[in-house]
Amino acid sequence: MASKTDARKALEIVEEQFPTLQILNEDGEIVNKAAMPALTDEQLQELMRRMVYTRILDQRSISLNRQGRLGFYAPTAGQEASQLASQFALEKEDFILPGYRDVPQLIWHGLPLYQAFLFSRGHFQGNQIPDGVNVLSPQIIIGAQYVQAAGVALGMKKNGKKSVAITYTGDGGTSQGDFYEGMNFAGAFKAPAIFVVQNNRFAISTPVAKQSAAKTLAQKAVAAGIPGIQVDGMDPLAVYAATHEARERAINGEGPSLIETLTYRYGPHTMSGDDPTRYRTAELDNEWEKKDPLVRFRKFLENKGLWSEAKENEVIEQAKEEIKEAIKKADAAPKQKVTDLISIMFEEMPYNLKEQYEIYQAKESK
Amino acid sequence: MAQMTMIQAITDALRTELKNDPNTLVFGEDVGVNGGVFRATEGLQKEFGEERVFDTPLAESGIGGLSIGLALQGFRPIPEIQFFGFVFEAMDSIAGQMSRMRYRSGGHYHMPITVRSPFGGGVHTPELHSDSLEGLMAQTPGLKVVVPSTPYDAKGLLLSAIRDNDPVIFLEHLKLYRAFREEVPEEEYTIPLGKADVKREGSDLSIITYGAMVHESLKAATELEKEGYSVEVVDLRTISPLDVETIIASVEKTGRAIVVQEAQKQAGVAANVVAEINERAILSLEAPVLRVTAPDTVYPFSQAESVWLPNYKDVMETAKKVLTF
Ligand SMILES: Cc1ncc(C[n+]2csc(CCOP(=O)(O)OP(=O)(O)O)c2C)c(N)n1
Repeated sequence: MASKTDARKALEIVEEQFPTLQILNEDGEIVNKAAMPALTDEQLQELMRRMVYTRILDQRSISLNRQGRLGFYAPTAGQEASQLASQFALEKEDFILPGYRDVPQLIWHGLPLYQAFLFSRGHFQGNQIPDGVNVLSPQIIIGAQYVQAAGVALGMKKNGKKSVAITYTGDGGTSQGDFYEGMNFAGAFKAPAIFVVQNNRFAISTPVAKQSAAKTLAQKAVAAGIPGIQVDGMDPLAVYAATHEARERAINGEGPSLIETLTYRYGPHTMSGDDPTRYRTAELDNEWEKKDPLVRFRKFLENKGLWSEAKENEVIEQAKEEIKEAIKKADAAPKQKVTDLISIMFEEMPYNLKEQYEIYQAKESK
Repeated sequence: MAQMTMIQAITDALRTELKNDPNTLVFGEDVGVNGGVFRATEGLQKEFGEERVFDTPLAESGIGGLSIGLALQGFRPIPEIQFFGFVFEAMDSIAGQMSRMRYRSGGHYHMPITVRSPFGGGVHTPELHSDSLEGLMAQTPGLKVVVPSTPYDAKGLLLSAIRDNDPVIFLEHLKLYRAFREEVPEEEYTIPLGKADVKREGSDLSIITYGAMVHESLKAATELEKEGYSVEVVDLRTISPLDVETIIASVEKTGRAIVVQEAQKQAGVAANVVAEINERAILSLEAPVLRVTAPDTVYPFSQAESVWLPNYKDVMETAKKVLTF
């Protein structure tokens, strides 16, 4: 239909503005020198170390879950670059508001591993974040963390802090009202927030194409009047560069940003009965496994003489050892009681909880 | 007749009504190809096509609003909220909008919507997957709230809910989905909304309950029988509107009652039942009406749920207090 109003024009222009930023390709070659972040050799090695460690943690968590030694668990393999390289661009004083799959970022931000295990097991001590670790426990309600991030960021601004709030959701999460509200509030208040969407192609079984008519999720930033970028979420350097810049803008008073990382979860949605073969093909799995963040980063570092099999094995051994220790520590947590839960409801117990405390104390001491 | 689990009976009811009424639509998160996370809609998209059974974007307020809009266009929506703990996202759609549409429009519009959703505890879910929030719904004027406890009831009640011209919140206890099988007719039948069912007759005490607690109450009744007590178990099946007639008839017969719910104690369905009994049958009572409920905390971190959830022993303990009053 010939248009008299050109209403499609702005959309067409906008949609062309969101190419995927890639710095490191699948073969471990730098394809965008200009965007290369300034990371020292030690930093590059540390980022690799964290990705290897986290891949092992994922494998161990899955088998511990299968043995009944862990509870709720959302696999992370495939998403290491999106998760860890974005966290790597943060400072300790930055605050993370994670979704349920974002446990690795919390661990690298300082949450002790045994607490992550207690969270998985459904023990409240897993959520008692140590002082000085600036994170929330994983959010279960999709999108809720997005609006809260605007509040944390505005609070930082009011307190004159040079720090940012960063929050994560998935492609499915961008359909929630909270997603728009969070970005819009942070934009309106010029609050120092970073909104990350890990677009792993599926929300449980629902493909991203069914979430939205938008060609990219990054372009949703435009409506909020904030910068948005789509990056190769299997490329740790691109994720780091985009997050680092978003952080610089935020602490310079330029407000929030949206980052869409294109990634993939290799495993099931969670360990609670999801079967990805019902909605994904093996071809698609293979296609994405070829983009693996560890494989390409390993190649890159090996070419620079910064990584070796021996180094990798060292990390793997260390991860296994620390996981074992953390499980032991989680096992040693006191049995969770209903009376514990009654006592953490309010600062002061109202009459009903006082009565119920007595009742459950009697029950639980039997 | 076939032996069905509750989830099979629910799928069967959905299939029946998708066949009967071309205006019915089934939609929600992951209900299409995946057949729902509990497989309640298994095979329905294949059988009826994507126009009738479809995935929505991930937004409960969107699902609620879409249902209202489709109802205004003459459809009979059967949306699924993946877990009822996510209903907070859709509270305005449900409690602020669809429940009021008939009233707001002076009877001009109506909302023939059945919101289906799994709820309930006992399977170690993460937070907000197990909460019993039926009290919030029952407190909302303009909604009917149904909670089946058996496969047979689930099918008959769901068919009535879908055919009802007002919004119905249909809550499926997820621990009952595959807990047991029973005979369920393959042909269609309905069970009227607003009608309780006496699941066991007795003469000394009435236990009034619904959902998964029906089974704990029946177990308690069997145990109490061994001690010489004859206990009646009334399954409300619909918690709004209540079947006061059946409740009062039972209480007038036994003279003693307890009310059992899985939800927390404060301001709940059980409190409402107690109030109805007090207002209508106080002179028939030989003892105060007591409640068995969960304590007034947020649904527990899963490691404590086995103690937190009421069970048949709790029911027996309270029953004896009332029986020996
Ligand atoms: C408000 C809300 N609705 C639904 C769910 C159930 N649910 C859990 S994860 C999920 C899919 C999320 O997909 P996405 O946002 O893409 O993140 P991913 O799991 O892929 O990381 C759904 C529907 C939920 N947890 N919260």
